[in-house]
Amino acid sequence: MEGQELTEQETALYDRQIRLWGADAQRRLRKSHILVYGMTGTVAEFCKNIVLAGVHSVTLVDERVVTEESLSANFLILPDENLYHGKTLAELCCDSLKEFNPMVHVAAEKGDILTFGVEFFEKFDAVILSCCSLRKKKWINQKCRKLSKPVAFYTVECRGSCGEIFVDLQDYKYSKLKRLDETIECRIEYPSFEEAISVPWRALPRRVSKLYFAMRVIEQFEYVEGRDPGQTIIDDLPGILKLRKELCETNSLNESQIADALLERLVRDTTEYPPICAIIGGILGQEVIKAISGKGDPLKNFFLFDAMDGKGLIEDISGPSGGSGAGFD
Amino acid sequence: MASDEQLSAIKRAKVLMVGAGGIGCELLKTLALSGFQDIHVIDMDTIEVSNLNRQFLFRQSHVGQSKAKVARDAVLRFRPNISITPHHANVKESRFNVDFFKEFDVVLNGLDNLDARRHVNRLCLAADVPLVESGTTGFLGQVTVHLKGKTECYECQPKPAPKTYPVCTITSTPSKFVHCIVWAKDLLFAKLFGDKNQENDLNVRSSDTASSSEHSEDVFECRKDEDIEQYGRRIYDHIFGHNIEVALSNEETWKNRNKPRPIYSKDILPMKITKENGDTEKDCATGDVSAMASLSLKNPQDIWSLAESSRVFLEALRLFFSKRGKEIGNLTFDKDDQLAVEFVTAAANIRASSFGIPLHSLFEAKGIAGNIVHAVATTNAIIAGLIVIEAIKVLKKDNNNFRMTYCLEHPSRKLLLMPVEPYEPNKACPVCSETPLSLEINTHHSKLRDFIEKIVKGKLGMNFPVIMQGASILYEVGEDLEEDMVAIYAANLEKALSELPSPVTSGTVLTVEDLQQEFSCSINIKHREEFDEEKEPDGMVLSGWVEAPVDKDNNKPIGNGESTSNALPSEEILEVEKDVEFQEPSAGAEPITGKKRTLSEVDGSRNQKTPEKLDVDDDDDDELVISNDWESLTKKKRV
Repeated sequence: MEGQELTEQETALYDRQIRLWGADAQRRLRKSHILVYGMTGTVAEFCKNIVLAGVHSVTLVDERVVTEESLSANFLILPDENLYHGKTLAELCCDSLKEFNPMVHVAAEKGDILTFGVEFFEKFDAVILSCCSLRKKKWINQKCRKLSKPVAFYTVECRGSCGEIFVDLQDYKYSKLKRLDETIECRIEYPSFEEAISVPWRALPRRVSKLYFAMRVIEQFEYVEGRDPGQTIIDDLPGILKLRKELCETNSLNESQIADALLERLVRDTTEYPPICAIIGGILGQEVIKAISGKGDPLKNFFLFDAMDGKGLIEDISGPSGGSGAGFD
Repeated sequence: MASDEQLSAIKRAKVLMVGAGGIGCELLKTLALSGFQDIHVIDMDTIEVSNLNRQFLFRQSHVGQSKAKVARDAVLRFRPNISITPHHANVKESRFNVDFFKEFDVVLNGLDNLDARRHVNRLCLAADVPLVESGTTGFLGQVTVHLKGKTECYECQPKPAPKTYPVCTITSTPSKFVHCIVWAKDLLFAKLFGDKNQENDLNVRSSDTASSSEHSEDVFECRKDEDIEQYGRRIYDHIFGHNIEVALSNEETWKNRNKPRPIYSKDILPMKITKENGDTEKDCATGDVSAMASLSLKNPQDIWSLAESSRVFLEALRLFFSKRGKEIGNLTFDKDDQLAVEFVTAAANIRASSFGIPLHSLFEAKGIAGNIVHAVATTNAIIAGLIVIEAIKVLKKDNNNFRMTYCLEHPSRKLLLMPVEPYEPNKACPVCSETPLSLEINTHHSKLRDFIEKIVKGKLGMNFPVIMQGASILYEVGEDLEEDMVAIYAANLEKALSELPSPVTSGTVLTVEDLQQEFSCSINIKHREEFDEEKEPDGMVLSGWVEAPVDKDNNKPIGNGESTSNALPSEEILEVEKDVEFQEPSAGAEPITGKKRTLSEVDGSRNQKTPEKLDVDDDDDDELVISNDWESLTKKKRV
C-alpha cells in the first residue's frame, strides 16, 4: 500500500480509472511530480491527460510569449489578448490546467532550464521535453541519469502528420500479474538518448520505420545549422537531402530507405496538427502513467506515428547492451 | 497535410457529432482546433462526477447539466468564432430524421450503446452520409469508417452478443460471483423493493414443479407483529438458510457440484445488533442513507467478512424500510444508489459464501452490478485524433485512403495503432443490402405481439415498425393514426399470425419497416410446429440475420442489464441505464474478424491472426446483458 488511503472525493472522481489500473497505482500517481518543458500543442494534450489522471504536481517550463502559432494547436490558451501581457506560455497554460483537476498542483517555473541544478531535477519523477534542441535533450537526459533516484525521461516531437516519442527509464523494474495470481518481476534496461541515437543504422533490423531515420536527419540538420527545433522551410530540402546522403554513407544505409517525399513533408510541414497532438499526447500520457504507477509494460524506446500510413509503432533502438526486456510475453 | 484545399473543405464542412461524453469531449476539442466551424452535437445525458476524470470540458460545478451544452460552452472559450449547436436530446427522436442527417457532410459517433449506434447507422445509410464510428474501453479503442456502397455498414459484421446466464445458474447453481450479483440484483432486490406484481424467479427450484407462488408471497410480506429487525432476520434465514436446505434436498443437482451450505443469522450475528459508533443520525441530515456509514465500514475497497456482509444486509434492509419506505415497490437497481449497491453487495457476498465463491468488495461488486466500464482520458484522446483524420479524408473525398484503426494495449508486431483496410459491404447484410430474411415460427401459436417484440424490435432493432403483408398493414405506430385503426392494430397484436385479418402462414412474405430509420426488410415466413425449449426458447428462428453466436447455455437467459457504454471496447456496455460511462462490449471492443478486403494486404500486420481480441476477456468483467425476455420482465427502460 502506497501512502494514505484515497479520499472519498478521489474515489468518486477517479472511479473509472481506478477500475482500470487499481487503487495502488492511483496512490502512486498521487505522489508523483512531473516536469514539462516546451508548451507545444502535443504537450498541452499530455498535460491535460496527466492532470486528469491525478498526479501530485505538474511544473511547466516555457519562457516564450504567445504567438499565433502557439495558439493554433493549444487549447489551453484562451484567445483573449488582455490575458497575455507579461505572461509566458507556461504561465498561461497553468491556469487552464488547474481547472481540469483542482487536486493537482500546477505551476510555471521561470528561468533557463540549462541552469537548473541537480536539486531541481531531483524533485521530479518524470521529465518531458518538447520543442527541444538536440543539445538540450542530451544534456537534460544526462542530468536525469545522474540523480540519486531514477527519473523517467521522455522527449516528444510532432511535425505535420508525424509524431515521435522517446522513452528512457534507465534500469526499470516492475511487477506483472500473470494468470493464476502469480506475480513475475520484470526488468527493462533503457539506453540513454545519446546512446540510442548513436546506434549505427546498419545495426538496426531491416524493417525499422523509415520515419525514425528521417527524424534523425532532420534533427541533425537543425543541430548543424543552429536552428531552433522545428525551424525548417521547404528551401532547406536540398541541404537535408545532402545530409541524408552523408548520414546514409556513414551508416551504410541505402539512401532510398529514407524517401524524398517523407523528408519533404517533415521539412515543410513543421506546424503541429491537432489530431496528431491528441494521438501523441495520449500515447505519451499512457506511458508516463505506466512508468509512474509501475503498472503495465512501458514501451521501449521510440514510438513513431505517421498519419499517412496510420501506423503507430514501437521501435527498439538500442545497442547490444540495451536491455533484455526480461519478463515479456 | 494542411493544404489550402483541405483547409477550405474543413471550413465549409457541416459535421454531426453524436455523443458528448468521453470520446465526444476530446473530439469536439480536436475538431475545433483543426479548423471545423459548423458542428452539431447530440447528447441526452447530464454530467456526473465520475465523468470528470476524462470528460475534461466539464467541471464539478457542471454536475447535473447537459453535456452537449456545457461542451459547447467550454470549446467556445478557446474557439469563440465557430458555430457549435448542442442538442440535449436522444438521437432516436423523430426530429433527427433522414432530412436532418442529409444536411451533414459526415457523422461522427461517440456513443455508448449498440442500440443508438445501429439507429445512426441506418439513418446514415438512408441519408447516404458517411459515418465514422468509434469506441473505447480502458486502453483499447477503434475507429471505423462506413460509406454506403463502398464499405461495410456498421451492422454488416456481427457484434459480440452480451453475455447471458441460464436461469438455473442464477437461482440454484451459481459458480461465479457475477451469478450471485445477478441473483441479488435482479431477483432479491427486485423482489423486496421492486414491483410486487412482476414475475420473479427467486423461489424457483430447478426440479420443483410444485413451487407455490402464494407461499413465497407470504414469506416476503412483513408480518403484523414483526419489527424490522425480525423481518430482516427472517428474510435472511429464508433465502440463505431455508432455501439452501431445500436445494440440498435434491441430490441430483449436487452430484458433480460442491454443495452450498445453509447460513442462518443467529450463527453469524448475535441476536441483538448493537450499533457501532455509526452515523445513524448523520444520515438523516445528509439525506444519503448508507449502511456502511451506519456500521463504520469506511473503505469501499475492503472485502467484508461474512459477518460484516450480514450486518450490512440487515442494516441496509432496515434503512430501506425505515428511511425510504415510500420508494419500496417502485425501486429498480441503480448503481448510483449507494444503499442499493450496499444491499446487493452484501447479499451477493452471503450467497457467495454459501457456495464457496470468493467474496468481493463493494467497489468490485458495484462495477459488476452496474456494468461499469473502466475509462480513461488518454484512449479517448487518441481515438478522437484518429476520428478527425478519417473525417478529413471523407471531406476531401479521399476514398482510397480510408482505414479502420485499432488502438491496442499490447503491441502486435510492434504496432500500438494498427491500421486496417475497410471491408467491402457484406452482400448478405439485411441492413445495407436488400437480402430477405427467413423466419421459422408457429403461425398458429405465436402472436403478432411476440413477433414484433422478439424479432422486429428485438433482433432487427426497429423502434417504430410498420408490419405489412403485401399492401395490408397489419401493424404500425404513429401519432396521427385514426382511432379505429389503432384499435384494429391493438387487436391484431393479440392474434396468432394465422388468424390475422391478412393471415400469415407458411410462404407469406412480410415487409417490416422503420420509417424513421428508413430501414426496410422482407421476411419469408415458414410455419414450424415444434421448437426446442432449450435451444430455441423464443419459439422462433430467424435466418439470414447477421448475428454473433449466442451462449450455448441459453435456456431462458438472464443477463445483468445493459450498461450504456461507449467505447471499443469504447464507451461502455450493457446496461439499460443512462450512464454514458459504460462501454458496450458489443459496441466497444470489436474483435477484428475481417474477411473480405478491398485491397490486398499492405503488410503482414494486416493478416487475420494479428490483433488480440479486443473485447473484455476477464471473467469478472463479463458483459452482462439482459436478453429481451428478461428485459420485459424487469421492465427496464431502454435508453
